Amino acid sequence: MADARPASPASAEHPVMLQHHFDSPAQQKDASQLGMWLFLVTEILFFGGLFTVYTIYRWSWPSGFADASRHMDWKLGTLNTAVLIFSSLSMAMAVHSAAVGRVRRIIPYLLITMLLGATFLAVKAVEYTEHIRHHLFPGPWFHYPGPHGRPAELFFSLYFAMTGLHALHMIIGLAILTVLVVQARRGRYSAAWHTPIEMSGLYWHFVDIVWIFLFPLLYLIGRHIH
Amino acid sequence: MSAAEYIEPAPAEPRENYLNAGYGVRSWLLTKDHKRIALLYLASITFFFFLGGLFALLIRLELLTPAGDLVQSETYNKLFTMHGVVMSFFFLIPSIPAVLGNFFIPMMIGAKDLAFPRLNLLSWYIYMAGAMFTLWAVVHGGVDTGWTFYTPLSTAYSNGHVVATAVGVFITGFSSILTGLNFIVTIHTMRAPGLTWFRLPLFVWSHYATSLIMVLGTPVIAVTIFMVAVERIFHLGIFDPALGGDPVLFQHLFWFYSHPAVYIMILPAMGVISEVVTTFSRKNIFGYKFVAFASIGIAVLGFLVWGHHMFVSGQSIYAGLMFSILSFLVAIPSAVKVFNWTATLYKGSFSFDTPMLYALGFIGLFTIGGFTGLFLATLGVDVHVHDTYFIIAHFHYIMVGGAIMGYLGGMHYWWPKISGKMYPEGLAKFAALVIFVGFNLTFFPQFILGYMGMPRRYHAYPPEFQVLNVMSTAGASILGLGYILPMAYFAWSMRYGRNAPANPWGSTGLEWQTTSPPPTENFEVPPIVDKDPYIYSAEEVETVG
Amino acid sequence: MAHGANADHIVSAKSYIAVFVVLLVMTATTTAVSFVNLGPWNTVVALAIAFFKAALVALIFMHVRWSTRLTQIVVVGGIFWLMILMVLTFSDFATRGWLPVYRMTP
Repeated sequence: MADARPASPASAEHPVMLQHHFDSPAQQKDASQLGMWLFLVTEILFFGGLFTVYTIYRWSWPSGFADASRHMDWKLGTLNTAVLIFSSLSMAMAVHSAAVGRVRRIIPYLLITMLLGATFLAVKAVEYTEHIRHHLFPGPWFHYPGPHGRPAELFFSLYFAMTGLHALHMIIGLAILTVLVVQARRGRYSAAWHTPIEMSGLYWHFVDIVWIFLFPLLYLIGRHIH
Repeated sequence: MSAAEYIEPAPAEPRENYLNAGYGVRSWLLTKDHKRIALLYLASITFFFFLGGLFALLIRLELLTPAGDLVQSETYNKLFTMHGVVMSFFFLIPSIPAVLGNFFIPMMIGAKDLAFPRLNLLSWYIYMAGAMFTLWAVVHGGVDTGWTFYTPLSTAYSNGHVVATAVGVFITGFSSILTGLNFIVTIHTMRAPGLTWFRLPLFVWSHYATSLIMVLGTPVIAVTIFMVAVERIFHLGIFDPALGGDPVLFQHLFWFYSHPAVYIMILPAMGVISEVVTTFSRKNIFGYKFVAFASIGIAVLGFLVWGHHMFVSGQSIYAGLMFSILSFLVAIPSAVKVFNWTATLYKGSFSFDTPMLYALGFIGLFTIGGFTGLFLATLGVDVHVHDTYFIIAHFHYIMVGGAIMGYLGGMHYWWPKISGKMYPEGLAKFAALVIFVGFNLTFFPQFILGYMGMPRRYHAYPPEFQVLNVMSTAGASILGLGYILPMAYFAWSMRYGRNAPANPWGSTGLEWQTTSPPPTENFEVPPIVDKDPYIYSAEEVETVG
Repeated sequence: MAHGANADHIVSAKSYIAVFVVLLVMTATTTAVSFVNLGPWNTVVALAIAFFKAALVALIFMHVRWSTRLTQIVVVGGIFWLMILMVLTFSDFATRGWLPVYRMTP
């Protein structure tokens, strides 16, 4: 924020980074908040397209989708859901620490969040490897045991597209958190101004919410049928 | 009497303004000034306009004769595909918002810049990145699927550069999303003191509605293109019928954005018309709130009608019925606007400067395009004219007769403010006339051709259609020459044009209360607003105040 | 227009931890219930739990409960727009079989 200046002399030690085209810190904060939420709405529609395709195809091929879902590792899926929920807690605590002025706790909470995010991705990498080993990646290598091969390939196409897109968002999230850690080390954040942490928190929670829906829809469809 | 005769004496010495505040490539490529970014966009979209026009020229040359003798059918497929992709995504959708919207929304609300200036610059770079991908695809042989990318042709069978073009469109989509996001936040949070929502110029309302569509619709086509790309690259069979996938599902997802996209193209032009019609009839707009709410109504209803592109696709007939009824409804707010502009013109004190000529042309041509849209919303009629030249004529009346004339009208209206120079009025009027004649000669025959049954996207046709096709090609040549004229005289005016005063048209509106060209900060003193827009006479001050 | 409404409201760490515990419990529940045969209700229960968890994250972790009216409208609007896409698209597939197909009789 090269062109930002501290707003009020009284808080010179912990300044608010006010950009020159805004009239006040409150206006800037309102703009950041609205901007981030609008971006998250675009993400709702973005993932929503895939959820729409999923809905149509699951409705069209219920047995095939249930059968394919039983090839998912529900234990790893449940674990990963817990990991992400935990990471949302640590992210919320990072924002909280900044808001109450305990700036020294920001970095540890951010690092915990990043560690949990990385754990999630590692588990997904394990799962992907297993799926590929079992010939469940769609395309010329796909080989499905059982009669529902065609809708199962459709299921796995959606599985890889949706979780792949989600994983990409996690990776971007980790990059954003890295930037936050670097900025926090430079002492940029205070109770008076910590907007980037809050906004990044919104992004991180959103990616968690996407997984909250992905988990039951992909892992738990046909569990009650044996 | 021409509005230009209200001109005050123009200043002799150029004072510091946004054009001369900093020279050199870096000061332009790293600018955060919304006005400079608007000019960056102007350069880019002009290039793509002429590239899209080149494809149009080749199409019309092929269609001079009934036989497919200029190019092979595969090549022809690529020509109309690239014409559509370039014109829609790289010219029309950005045009007014990225140039005139970027330049004037901050000024119209009394702000120093948009809410997120660096995001604005990033939007332009994203646009250019997407453009480079698509240009690469063009140079290496193009795409032949039609701009609609229907599956399974695009995912499984096409030999063209589907992925490169799709990636280009995907990337550029984010430019659109970020611009819309920037506008919405700016309009909500950065209005000058006293500037309530119902004191905003209608140009701002139009862009707010446009931005809603950009933010809500574009992500869906982005993820749809993503699915096409992964299907082609990784063999994920999402739309593959062999696996039980449904190509019609692609069409639903595609048109969920691509229908509202046409409202992205027309709403900003409607905003221009509201500004021009009030200025050049020196009258308050008739029914301000109706026009403002009609913009929002078009944006909202526009999301409920996409199935009218799919009446013959195998979609359920009940869904078709519902989409047909909803498509009739979306015509209503557009008609409200046409009525209100007409009522504004009634008993107005006219001047027929070039912007007004374009506005009047818009009102007539948009109405014709809109009426034919109602024919197409009628399911039974559409079954017969779907995929014929009737459709092509319909959307070109709206996109070219409407949106592009709105764009040119806006460029002429605001050129003095943007450049500090007046364009040559006589030549501009002549160009407007050439464009109007050329346009109608190009596209009116196509209504007849379509009704008579000539299919679209065919490079050969039965000989009985030739006369109308020759007329259309003749019109296209005239239209092309007409478009070159403004490019030439705008460039000429930068060097040789008369210096423009702050308010050459005698218009109300904050952007005219500062110098031409404006300073980097837009206003010497941040303005405070205490009255409604478009107050042109003493009586109006009393009644509206 | 309220300025930075939720900047004034600081959510306590206890609230966050309470939400976290509820989310974990609901996760365990959704997995456990999926093994019980409830017929078509399995899907309903799974989605209901997912919506509940998402609502908790949005309202508490993302502060939507204490956000401005504008923010809340934006959130609801986004969800509503997705519903337009899903419902209208689904209405095509759901009604395709409604009309009888006319066949020529020999």
